[in-house]
Amino acid sequence: MAKRIDVSGLTAFYGTHRAIDDISMTVEPRSVTAFIGPSGCGKSTFLRTLNRMHEVTPGGRVEGKVLLDDENLYGANVDPVAVRRTVGMVFQRPNPFPTMSIFDNVAAGLKLNGKYRKNELANVVEKSLKGANLWNEVKDRLNKPGSGLSGGQQQRLCIARAIAVEPDVLLMDEPCSALDPISTLAIEDLIGELKERFTIVIVTHNMQQAARVSDRTAFFNLSAVGQPGKLIEIDETERIFANPSVQATEDYISGRFG
Amino acid sequence: MDTTTAPPTDAPPPPPVFDKGAPKAKKQLGDRIFLGLSRGSGITLLVIMAAIAAFLTYRAMLAISKDETNFLTTFEWNPQGEPVSFGIAVLAFGTVVSSIIAMVIAVPIAIGIALFISHFAPRRLAAPIAYLVDLLAAVPSIIYGLWGAVFLVPYLDGLNKWLDEYFAWTYIFDKTNEGVARNLFTVGILLAIMILPIITNVIREVFLQSPKMIEEAALALGATRWEVIRMAVIPFGRSGIISASMLGLGRALGETMAVAVVLSPSFLLSFHILDAGGGTFAQNIAAKFNEANGFGRDALIASGLVLFIITLLVNGAARAIIARRKEYSGANA
Ligand SMILES: Nc1ncnc2c1ncn2[C@@H]1O[C@H](COP(=O)(O)OP(=O)(O)OP(=O)(O)O)[C@@H](O)[C@H]1O
Ligand SMILES: [Mg+2]
Repeated sequence: MAKRIDVSGLTAFYGTHRAIDDISMTVEPRSVTAFIGPSGCGKSTFLRTLNRMHEVTPGGRVEGKVLLDDENLYGANVDPVAVRRTVGMVFQRPNPFPTMSIFDNVAAGLKLNGKYRKNELANVVEKSLKGANLWNEVKDRLNKPGSGLSGGQQQRLCIARAIAVEPDVLLMDEPCSALDPISTLAIEDLIGELKERFTIVIVTHNMQQAARVSDRTAFFNLSAVGQPGKLIEIDETERIFANPSVQATEDYISGRFG
Repeated sequence: MDTTTAPPTDAPPPPPVFDKGAPKAKKQLGDRIFLGLSRGSGITLLVIMAAIAAFLTYRAMLAISKDETNFLTTFEWNPQGEPVSFGIAVLAFGTVVSSIIAMVIAVPIAIGIALFISHFAPRRLAAPIAYLVDLLAAVPSIIYGLWGAVFLVPYLDGLNKWLDEYFAWTYIFDKTNEGVARNLFTVGILLAIMILPIITNVIREVFLQSPKMIEEAALALGATRWEVIRMAVIPFGRSGIISASMLGLGRALGETMAVAVVLSPSFLLSFHILDAGGGTFAQNIAAKFNEANGFGRDALIASGLVLFIITLLVNGAARAIIARRKEYSGANA
């Protein structure tokens, strides 16, 4: 079930390095929000604070609050493992489990949760692969290893794996940057369908992609190398691309820097 | 002359584009020397191997053809007796059983230590532990043997009694003869300690190489640390674990001194692993070689050949297992 994300005063560190500083924003349920900004401004870092993956990095530390509906992900009694089960993630490079079959890849999350019945599993796998527009391509070879698929297929397999557990939120970090234009289109279409069910946040370096898939766009920037990244503005995608309220945003979008 | 080469022309050849003069030529010479060396040593190695194999087989056949009892099933070693009678049954059994005991103990512990070093221990703890494991590998095997005989045997006597008392129903822990713990079980434990470092080090390297991307995939799905290990680290390292185990097994099968010092050798074949006595190929050869005459040595060589064949079979099996899993190995990820 899609949930609203409410971030306030979020700062993230790598050791002593402050990577992003004091970020606050709201992401509406059943919408697509795109993060854009120059390389190194902390888009990935911020994304990874939303499912508590940031703290997996040695030295990774977070201050501030992330509310999912009304629950603080960084509350004292919150188990990060439980957070990651409700906030799914798709990575830049497709990373299916190479030692597992296609079927087992999609079923992996469910098996972790332990809440499934054998006959149910096959249904969920089929539904998720259909949801990721991959079913027709792989239905005859579900027992083959996932690493035998093409890059675009692998990425859709990863999406299927992420949505199989019915997360509340789906985070995607440049999911198309390793893919050809056709696979990219396939995934963009898929994002359009998935937003009916999930809250989606996507990082992208592709302005057209941000314009095509997202409802709202957030622009991040950093004042200089080594300085923390900041949220410059977040608004309806149309406004960001037509007449943003900050000059830096316009410069970035029109390709004048970054 | 090949007809497909370009027709000769009178025009001067174009200046060489990549030729940077002397350093380049030197490098090519270096390449040639290196190629010659590596090819030469490869061939030499093959020739030496073939010579050894031929020699061993020849001497072994000489001995086996004069054996008046079955070489494979006889429970005694009496090549200089009347009649000539020697067989490898007890040796093969002792070798295999002690090695299996060693593997059963060492492999899980090695996986545990490797996991701890690679994925759980804080960095300032991981390095010293890895160093300690390396140190274990540097101890000479005769020292292990002495330690085993002087410390382990009396210490394990109590454990043997306890196992015999409460676990005799498992059959293998039923002790049916008197005598101290100079048995296959003790040998197995000692071998386990001896092969632990090599197995641990190989597995640790494999685990350290497990791809971060895949581990993050598991984490992001909501896997606990242990589940990450189970989903991403161990499957990825499976063929490495098998290779490491085979390396250790090879050492255990061939270990001589430590076994010779600890075991009280006898030609007893008992599935009760706490029974004192038994023998292994290497131990038997080490114990008998000096007193043996020419024929006796041939007989020992024959037993050595069997050990060699067993080692080859074990390696072949390991390779087969690894090859069968290749598709899923993650090598193409
Ligand atoms: N593992 C890490 N350890 C230390 N610093 C890091 C680490 N990962 C990122 N950083 C630093 O954090 C800052 C933000 O990096 P991040 O990867 O979030 O940027 P990004 O906006 O995603 O860039 P890109 O568009 O290139 O992906 C950078 O200054 C980077 O050097
Ligand atoms: Mg990034």
